[in-house]
Amino acid sequence: MRDTLTGSRIRERRQIAGLRQAELARRVGISASYLNLIEHNRRRIGGKLLVDIAAALAVEPSLLTQGLEATLISALREAAADAVGQQAEVDSLEEFAGRFPGWAAVLAQMHRRVVSLERTVETLSDRLTHDPHLAASMHEVLSTAAAIRSTAAILAETQEIEPEWQDRFHRNLHQDAERLADSSKSLVAYLDDSDAADDRRGVPLEDAEAFFEQRGHHFPEMEGSEDSSAIDLSEIDSAAAKTVARGLLDVYASDAKAMPLEAVKAALAGTEPDPIKLAAQFSVDIATVLRRLAALPDGVLSRPTGLVVCDASGSILFAKSVPGFAMPRFGEACPLWPLFQALNRPLVPIRKRIVQLGRSAAEFDCYAYAWPQAMSGYDDAPVYRSVMLVRSVEEGGQGGQPVARVGPSCRVCPNADCESRREPSILSEGF
Amino acid sequence: MSRKVLLIEDEPNIAEAIRFLLTREGWQVETHAEGTDAVEVIQGANPDLVILDVMLPGKSGMDILRDLRELDDLRGLPVLMLTARGQLRDREMAESAGVSRFMTKPFSNAEVLTAVRDLHAQATQS
Repeated sequence: MRDTLTGSRIRERRQIAGLRQAELARRVGISASYLNLIEHNRRRIGGKLLVDIAAALAVEPSLLTQGLEATLISALREAAADAVGQQAEVDSLEEFAGRFPGWAAVLAQMHRRVVSLERTVETLSDRLTHDPHLAASMHEVLSTAAAIRSTAAILAETQEIEPEWQDRFHRNLHQDAERLADSSKSLVAYLDDSDAADDRRGVPLEDAEAFFEQRGHHFPEMEGSEDSSAIDLSEIDSAAAKTVARGLLDVYASDAKAMPLEAVKAALAGTEPDPIKLAAQFSVDIATVLRRLAALPDGVLSRPTGLVVCDASGSILFAKSVPGFAMPRFGEACPLWPLFQALNRPLVPIRKRIVQLGRSAAEFDCYAYAWPQAMSGYDDAPVYRSVMLVRSVEEGGQGGQPVARVGPSCRVCPNADCESRREPSILSEGF
Repeated sequence: MSRKVLLIEDEPNIAEAIRFLLTREGWQVETHAEGTDAVEVIQGANPDLVILDVMLPGKSGMDILRDLRELDDLRGLPVLMLTARGQLRDREMAESAGVSRFMTKPFSNAEVLTAVRDLHAQATQS
């Protein structure tokens, strides 16, 4: 039977790779409209074009043409080949997958996970020595992978297994699969996802950020008051984190005094915020406006708004997350963010529409601005900080505007051709 | 007389899988999941071979191994060490502590069985 869903699979893979239709079409030398017809299964595809598209998407052509069933058999075959010292009944693979499709899929999935995790371990191994939290997370992942590998192999390779053992191992496999999914997710979240604020405690800045996150980044008791001591910091454990939080609150108080809440609400009524106009209206610099916009209570701005502040070394000093925009730890963010480009043009406000490549591939409006810190003496070189406001863009809104492609950080960025890449992406390993 | 292995591993599903594999090979398998009293448990169980995880609650497998090698009657006991940390320096540390065989997670069942068979054969020959 001729497969009719090759186009749908191409579309799915393209979206996973974070490629636009026009970009993929350009890479394989066809028009975007023709690729659109292919993706909607209205043109048959095969031969060299299929091979080119598969190469551009970094997948096997068979994955695009044959779909899950052939992929499942192929994965089981690989699992059998990788089983050291054990002879699986390769001749009966199709019969096994046919009779027990669910368990076959579980086995294939576990094998893929183990292979993927082993490769990921290699990629991350040199980081382990520098990050004890990461080491503990990896230990959890590897121990679970060990349990899954051992249990799955027993189920797949033991000829006669008593029903009670079989039930027990099925149950263990299920438990471990859930645990592996959770620990893998939290590991990726730890590395790159700014939404997982609760899991990122441990260093002063992160504790302070978690405190701000918990309070929704808005402090009604500080509006109209210059005294940040009104805020109770007793829930923050370490003295260092309290100092960081107090410093951030002092900036909040200064911004709130310069741009009183009611006046800001009046200025924004019925309009989209324009940082340059607001800066002129309130006689403040652009950095104050960007920080203040990110600290408004829910409902004042029409769309979710995040904020990132860095110093001249690129270290992130503060981050307020916005859904869909990943903000990594350890200053390993993408150098293409307008936040860093602003450091090349201090005092020049930058506005840029960006798309962050990855799972969601969502678009954002970014405003960035770099300003010098106070000078300590004559003839000192100025040291700059930079701030970036990140605003979600409505689906389908403001079409036609040029969009810059940026990543979260190199490790999880699918843009293989990026000139600014620092290290290979673990996405190519199927993580 | 049945051969006895003492498995010191705090991951219950790993312990269960290894217990199943070795029981089928004719081993009597005892398990323990704590590091703190592991040396006393080994002394009490008097096993032919120990499988020892490195990261255990209370006391690390590396420290347990060092303590074992200080004891005259357990100095030659075959110890197969399992760890999620497979870097060269971890292996070197285990070797200097007196490990008989070092294996990184995730291991295959065949590797474990082969290691246990080899270690037991070496111990009975010597």
